[in-house]
Amino acid sequence: MTSGTTPQQTLTKTSAGSEATPRQLRWRSRRARETIAAYVFLTPWILGMVLLTLGPMLYSLYLSFTRYNLLSDPKWVGFANFVQMFTADSRFLKSVGVTLVYVLVSVPLLLVVSMLLALLLNKSMRFLTAYRVLFYVPSLIGASVAIAALWRLIFGADGIINQVLAVVGIHHDSSWVGSPHDALTTLIILAVWAFGSMMIIFLAGVRQVPRELYEAAAIDGAGVFRKFFSVTLPILTPLIFFNTLMATIGAFQAFTGAYVVSGGTGGPVDSTLFYTLYLYQQGFAQLNMGYAAAMAWLLVIVLAAVTGFFFWTARFWVHYGDE
Amino acid sequence: MISTIQARAPRPIFGRKQSTNPIIRAVVRHALIICALVILLYPLVWMVAASFRPSNQIFTTLGLFSAHPTLANYTEGWGAGRLNFSRYFINSFLIAILSIVGNLISCSVTAYAFARLNFPGKKFLFAMLLGTMFLPFQVTLVPQYIMFNYLGWINTYLPLIVPHWFGVNAFFIFLMVQFIRSLPRELDDSARLDGCGHFRIFTRIIMPLALPAIGVVALFSFVWSWNDFLGPLLYLGRSDLWTVPLGLKAFLDSTGQSSYGGLFAMSTLSLAPIVGFFILAQRLLLEGIATTGLK
Repeated sequence: MTSGTTPQQTLTKTSAGSEATPRQLRWRSRRARETIAAYVFLTPWILGMVLLTLGPMLYSLYLSFTRYNLLSDPKWVGFANFVQMFTADSRFLKSVGVTLVYVLVSVPLLLVVSMLLALLLNKSMRFLTAYRVLFYVPSLIGASVAIAALWRLIFGADGIINQVLAVVGIHHDSSWVGSPHDALTTLIILAVWAFGSMMIIFLAGVRQVPRELYEAAAIDGAGVFRKFFSVTLPILTPLIFFNTLMATIGAFQAFTGAYVVSGGTGGPVDSTLFYTLYLYQQGFAQLNMGYAAAMAWLLVIVLAAVTGFFFWTARFWVHYGDE
Repeated sequence: MISTIQARAPRPIFGRKQSTNPIIRAVVRHALIICALVILLYPLVWMVAASFRPSNQIFTTLGLFSAHPTLANYTEGWGAGRLNFSRYFINSFLIAILSIVGNLISCSVTAYAFARLNFPGKKFLFAMLLGTMFLPFQVTLVPQYIMFNYLGWINTYLPLIVPHWFGVNAFFIFLMVQFIRSLPRELDDSARLDGCGHFRIFTRIIMPLALPAIGVVALFSFVWSWNDFLGPLLYLGRSDLWTVPLGLKAFLDSTGQSSYGGLFAMSTLSLAPIVGFFILAQRLLLEGIATTGLK
């Protein structure tokens, strides 16, 4: 950081105590100019931080202790919103359950699938560039309304999923998205479908594993599995950590797929009522903005706890190169 | 080198069989990858194919080809019912372009300050920047809506564009900070000796060299803006302001089985710009993802 200013700093130290030399003055004014320049450059971001992030966060913290419907003034209710969530709102508890299942199933599946394909692609093979591009395409469009709409149709009663199953002899005639048991599964499949971005990150990692390690392992008689578990996996743990954390945070915030597939209801029978979808319904369909703010802050606290827990566990299983 | 080591080393008793023909192994590997790709991309390809079939044949076949390919779904879907996709595409492009410009300007100036300048409070502000990367967007959703409502911005594009001019995308800033840090500092120093101020160093030296990072930010900015659904859903009630995702949602809500062809046609068109730009710039983007974890 300070490499550019180090000589001047030493200079000031040696002449400390005496009268300021012209050189020192020049250096001080340069520092002052740099500080002014920095804050000029940072002005848009600081304004955004205060007006669009920190201010709204504090305001929503306040709102979470109120009842507010946009029409009349917020009314202070203390912890009533939070109490209501856990004691008198079965849809809230349902949305927590749905979201937890979604996170706990889709994130591990994403990790496994993207890791397997990254290993499969880990060769200086022909068409590698084309393969990477094609595997990545679903990640680009997986969060779009177009794909969610497609999902709703192909998992419908006469959609191509049932047609494919019929070809292999499984006769499933009812709609997947219309069934309370299966609707969430289709959204998990949608999440896993977009595994490409995670795979690209793993691929960049496995390609950097030093060849000598595999050669040494081969000399020691390690087979494919042993090499994976003793060489590849430990080296990839920082990337596994990063991917798991980001995928978990992302999964807690999923919205578009559930909204489109269920037509905005979270149905059938609330089986796809994601946390964010329920927050949207409370805040913007029923104008319970205090309640929605309380839900949002609960999510912040939960995600902060999850993130903190992740970083705490990291010391036990994440290996960095120098260890 | 490898072969000499293997020749000297005793052959492992229970080791892996090395005798498999490398050509066969490569073929198996490619076959597995192609299988995975077919499963992955078949729904997408099927949708594109179905959009060219007569509307009574959409769901009749798993196959891709039709005896009677037609463009009718495109012409009918473009203005089906009260929908007006010319408008939605123009609106979506307008919002996307203004968001991209805002992101590029605000994120690059912020990144320059964090990557190159020393100033009091830097560590604290940078920690704050990293913190916002993990912040769930829901926490600002309600208060921002109240604020934009108060400002009279509902049913305008301002809530979808203005935040991007204030560097709210911490990921983009982080990506550019990392990139600018990797540029050699000697360039700045020699420019400074030539009498350049920070603004000129930023515009004349750093920005031209940061073009790869700028490209990544521009493309992801486009993709996120183009795919955004919740923002337009909240702020754009009037149908003449709708973006493409809102048009598709309305299409889905209003259709019976008969006009799925039109829906598929419009869905295909809505995905085309994203996939097109991505393929044009794929090398740049995939490097960006691999190094920063964007998606």
